[in-house]
Parts: sequence; C-alpha cells; structure tokens
Amino acid sequence: MAAHLALAEASRLAEISQAYERVARRRTLYTISLLGLCALSIFGGLYIADEANSGGFWAGLDKFFDYPVELFVGAYEKGLVGLFGLVLQYLPYLLETVNIALVSTLLAFFFGGALSFVASRNLVSNRFVVGAMRRVMDIFRAFPEIVIALLLVLIFGPSPVAAVIAVTTHTIGALAKQFSEVNENCDLKAVEGIRSVGGNWLEQIRFGILPQVLPNFLSYGLLRLEVNVRASAILGFVGAGGLGAELKMVVDWNYGADILVIIFMLVISITSIDYLSGWMRQKLIGQTGQV
Amino acid sequence: MTDVRLSDAALSNDVQRLDTLYPGIIEQGWKKRLLVPGLSLLGAVYLVICFFAFGVPGVIEKARGDMAQLFALDAYAHKVHAKYQFKKADQGFVVSLEGNRRSIYKEQPNWIAQSGDQAIIDLGGDGVLRFGDGVVTYTHPSYEQDFVFQVGDGVPQFVSGEEADWLKVSKTQVNARPSLYTRIWLTKSKVEVHRYFVGWENFWFDFDSKLNGLSSGELLSLAFSSDRIDPDVSNIRFMFNEFWTNSEWQHGEVYFALLQTLIMAVVGTLIAGILALPLAFAAAANVNPVRLARTGVRRFFDFLRGVDMLIWSLIFIRAFGLGPLSGIFAIFFTDTGTFGKLFSEAIENADKKQAEGVQATGASPVQKYRFGLFPQILPLFISQMLYYLESNTRSATVIGALGAGGIGLKLIETMRTRQDWENTLYLIFLIIIVVMLMDQLSGWLRRKLIEGQA
Repeated sequence: MAAHLALAEASRLAEISQAYERVARRRTLYTISLLGLCALSIFGGLYIADEANSGGFWAGLDKFFDYPVELFVGAYEKGLVGLFGLVLQYLPYLLETVNIALVSTLLAFFFGGALSFVASRNLVSNRFVVGAMRRVMDIFRAFPEIVIALLLVLIFGPSPVAAVIAVTTHTIGALAKQFSEVNENCDLKAVEGIRSVGGNWLEQIRFGILPQVLPNFLSYGLLRLEVNVRASAILGFVGAGGLGAELKMVVDWNYGADILVIIFMLVISITSIDYLSGWMRQKLIGQTGQV
Repeated sequence: MTDVRLSDAALSNDVQRLDTLYPGIIEQGWKKRLLVPGLSLLGAVYLVICFFAFGVPGVIEKARGDMAQLFALDAYAHKVHAKYQFKKADQGFVVSLEGNRRSIYKEQPNWIAQSGDQAIIDLGGDGVLRFGDGVVTYTHPSYEQDFVFQVGDGVPQFVSGEEADWLKVSKTQVNARPSLYTRIWLTKSKVEVHRYFVGWENFWFDFDSKLNGLSSGELLSLAFSSDRIDPDVSNIRFMFNEFWTNSEWQHGEVYFALLQTLIMAVVGTLIAGILALPLAFAAAANVNPVRLARTGVRRFFDFLRGVDMLIWSLIFIRAFGLGPLSGIFAIFFTDTGTFGKLFSEAIENADKKQAEGVQATGASPVQKYRFGLFPQILPLFISQMLYYLESNTRSATVIGALGAGGIGLKLIETMRTRQDWENTLYLIFLIIIVVMLMDQLSGWLRRKLIEGQA
C-alpha cells in the first residue's frame, strides 16, 4: 500500500518536474527569440541606416572629434572677454526661448486641465464624449510640433508666436492624457459627498476632484516645462525665434565660438530647469513620488 | 415626512463648535485663500506681458490669411490649368494638371467646349467664360452685366462690366479670382484659367501611366486578368510597380523614409537601454560602493542628457553625414543619459531582502545581482524603454527634419517648396498614424510583458 502511494507520488513528481522543464524551456525560448529579435533589429537597422547615410560610420568615426575641437579652437581664439560678450549678446534670445516654453506650458496647463475632466471615464458618463475627446487628444499629441511651427512660420513670418502655438497644441494633447489618468485614479467619495448636497457637475469637479489632483497636475506640468524648453529650442531651429534661430544661423555660418556659447547656454538652462522642476516636484508630491 | 430644519441659532452654534474643534477648516488663513487667485493673477499678468513681448498684435496684422487659405485648398485639391497662348494659337486651349508641361490632357475635359479659336469654359458655380475673336466675356452668376475684356492685341483691356473686389486690373494684366476655386488671368501673351478640383490627383498612378483613370472595379478585374499589360510581369506586380514608383507621390521613397524613422527610434532606444543597463548598476549606491566612481557615472549621465538631442544630432551629422545613422546616435546618446538615471534610481529603490536571500545561499556577487536584483527591476526597465520608444518615434521625426533623414526630412522638403501641399498633408497623415500605432503598440506590449495581461 505504502509502496503504491510512493510510486504514485514519484510519478506525480516526475510529472511536475516535466511540466516545470517544459515551462522553463519555453521561457528560455522566448528569451532567446526576444534577444535575437533585438539583435536583429539593432544590426539590421544599423546596416540600413549606414547605407542610407550620406557619409558612412567608419569614414566618420575619426572625424567625430573634429567638430567639437573646431568649436573649442574658435572659442579659444575669442578669449574670455569675447565669450562673455557673446553670452550677453545671446541672453535675450535665451529668455525668449524660455518664455516660449513657459507661456505654452501655462496655456496648455489650463486648457489641458479643463479638457482632461471631459476625457475621464469616471467623471463623464457619456462614453461617446469621452472616446471622442480622447481621440482628439491623441491627434493633438501625435501632430509633430515641427509641422505646425513650419506652417505657421510660412503664414506669420518668423515669430515666436508660431512656436508658442505649436508647443501649446502638442502639450495640450500630452497633458490632457496624463491628467485624465490622474483623474481616473482619484477617490470619488468626495464627488459623491458634493453631489449629495446638490452640487452640480462643475462644483463636483471644483471641490471634489481638483484639490485631490492639483499636486499631481502641477508635477506633470513642471515635467512638461522641461520638455518644452527643449522643444522651443528645436523649433527656433526652423525659424520660430529664440535661441534656436540664432543657433541655426551661427551653425550655417560656422562661427565656432558663437556655436559653443549657444550650446553652453542651452545646456546650462535646460539642466538648471531640470533640477529646479525636479526639486519643486519633490516638494509637491513628497519623496514617494506618486507620479 | 416631517421637514427637519435647523434654527439659525443652532446652526451657528454648530459652526462655532466645528471651528474650535478644527481651526482653519471653515475660515482658512488669508495666505491659503489668496494662493490660488494670486497665482492665477500672476499667470494672467505674465501671459499679457508675453502677448506684447512676442508682438502678437503685429503678427496677426501681418499674417498672410490668403496664403493659409491657399495652402489649405492645395492640401485637399488639385489645380487644372487651361492656357491659350496667342503665339501658339493653333493649339487652342491646352489643358494641363498643375500647369505641368508633362501632364497635358490628351482629351479636353468636359468643362471646355472648343471649336476653332472659339471656346466656352464652364466654371461651374462661378459662371461661364467665353473666348473668341480676341474678346473674353465672363458671365458671373451674381452680376447682371457681363465682364468683357479685349485681349490678344497688346495689353488686355477692361471693356465693360462692374467693379468687383475680386477683380484686379493693372497696366499689364487682369487678375480675377471670383472664388477660391477659380482664377482667370489675362496678360499680353495669354489667356489662362485655373480651376481647383477636390481630390488628390494621381495619388495611385502617374499621370501618363496606363492605369491612370481606371476605376477600382476595372483595376480589380485587371489584376486577375490573364492578359498582361507588360508581358514581362504579372498584372498585380505591374500595378504595384506603377504605384510604388509614382513620380509625384514617391510612395516607394516615402515608405522607405518612414522605415528609416522607425529604425532610428527602435535601434536608438534599444542601444540606449543596453548601454545604460551596466552603467546604471555602476551608478547605484547599493551596488557600487565607490562614491567617486558613482558620482562620475552620474555626471556622465547628466552630460549626455543635458547636451540636447538637437545638439547631438548636429555633431553627428557633421561626423557621419546626413542620414538616419546620425539620428540613431543622437537618440542613443541622449537616452543613455535618461535611462541611466531612471534605471539607477530603480536599482536603488529595489528591495534588498531578495539579494540578501540569494547571498545567504553562498552566491557570488554576480549571481546575487543576477538573481536577487535583476528580476525585480527588469519589468521597470522594459516599461521605461517602451514609454520612450513612442516619444523617440516623434523625436526621430523632428531630428530627421533637422537633417538626420527619414520622414522628417521628406516633410521639410515638401514644405520648403511651398507648393505640393497635398504631399505634405499625406506625409503628416502617415506620421500621425505611425506615432499613434507606436503609442498603441508600446502600451500593449507594456501590459503584456509587465502586467501579464493582454
């Protein structure tokens, strides 16, 4: 009897170990094929990209440091006083770039915030409205900023307004999506409470949702500010004003010192905004970081 | 049911009790009450200042609304020119697509009736234009009198007709644009009529392709017919080739450019992830005990991230030339910095109990991290990479436009020529679809891989 049981147990064990091995084999297979796919796309992609590039990788490798060295030599010739003069010369343009980012982020924060409530499933019962709103936001987000900026530059002429509209459009789409996710994660009890005392939809949002989500909204907004400083620098490059436009000009004319100064200013400002917004976000949502 | 109502006295009593119990609930401090209105006011003032600093009123004043209208029209419509040149009077009206000399209609379209040097051009809702014996007579539906011009002998003359704000007569030419869809243009040497028609002309096949103008039913039956158009290849293949090598829409090149953009994003993100992984371990306090080395790696990440993708792409374009390879490098340099920072934070936040457990069984340090730490953070790595994959698709378009090739460069090319807006619109559609697809795909993969649900 006992021997019989032991036999059954052993066969069961064998079954389990077989099943385990099967699972393990499958996992290994998945892992290997995934890694293989990654390797294939990297090497295949690099090959295609190398073929499509006007200069090759190997031909360009030793030239990699030429450009930076050229820039530094230009800067050295200019001398410290000359460089400082350049910094002062380009400072207004840097301010313009930062202003473009700040204005767009502010505008998008308000519009995106307002629209996000309409795009939240838990706040609007009409499925169609929510779905339509989300698709519109998807399109806003997918529309490349550079396209809007270029179109508007053709219509308005070179102007920071083109960049503001372009960045705002994109940011509304991006923020509304993130905001609506925050809205959907929030506690609806406060809303129920306000509804029970006869508050209408707007009051439910204003007093029930907004206080809960505002820290997260601000945190996402700050994160976006960072992204938008980069974006407005890039849009300047296609003629939408700010430091990017100046960078484009000196790159075309190959003014080594000017290029280096502008790059330096961009890096410094982006990094400091990065740190500043990171610090403020941590203050807003605490160490744990809900975002 | 009885109506329960608190007396005013009882109510104020309650309010007072609440106020003493929870001070600041009912009457908030002035700082707190002023915070939101104050910040909003500050924001509003800032926006107004910027409104003038950016010169918005001037920009609006100078805006080329007419140009915007034409761009929009050209994006969904195509233009047909009907041109009569007095020097080549024997040809009569020559009708061509977008005024292109290679795209001349062999048969006159049905809105032009021509016999000898007489012609009647039906402008649809914009009336009728008659031409003959050196006189152009234009009948507009909302004007009782006809507009009559003398042409062909010296500069065109305005003979009779009312004044209209869409009609411009100068010393050398007459320019009439009764609606966005019609333009009549008279000069010393020619009579020209432009009409816009809705639709993307020649989207599928070239103007002079054998397949142009066939209906979808005809194409379908042709595809399965055994009579070969080109004896060397099957009909389906022939049709595909005609589509793929379409000279105006350049489908083949466009899709290859799209592939390049995707390659930039995917390869850039993958390489960045792979490079950032070991570096992130070196930058994590719980793995690397050497503080100096840790800080060094961190500053390296900051440097990679801080020098923007725009600047990296400029540097790489100088080294490797224009093209997607420079784009890949720009993306992976920037993102190695981003991933390195994110990954090292994830490693530091990982639960160390599992690593300790593995260590307790006598595992080597490598095994400790491989089995104790790695499984915890792998899902996070993949999830971060997938988030960035979608955003990098968009970045690849942008740096492509700056010279790194792919669909971005194509887009800039079509926009710079300031015509062919239909091609621009087509590329924009493709970009939006691809970005949305990448968004969906990376979201789906994230759910599948990380949360284990489809």
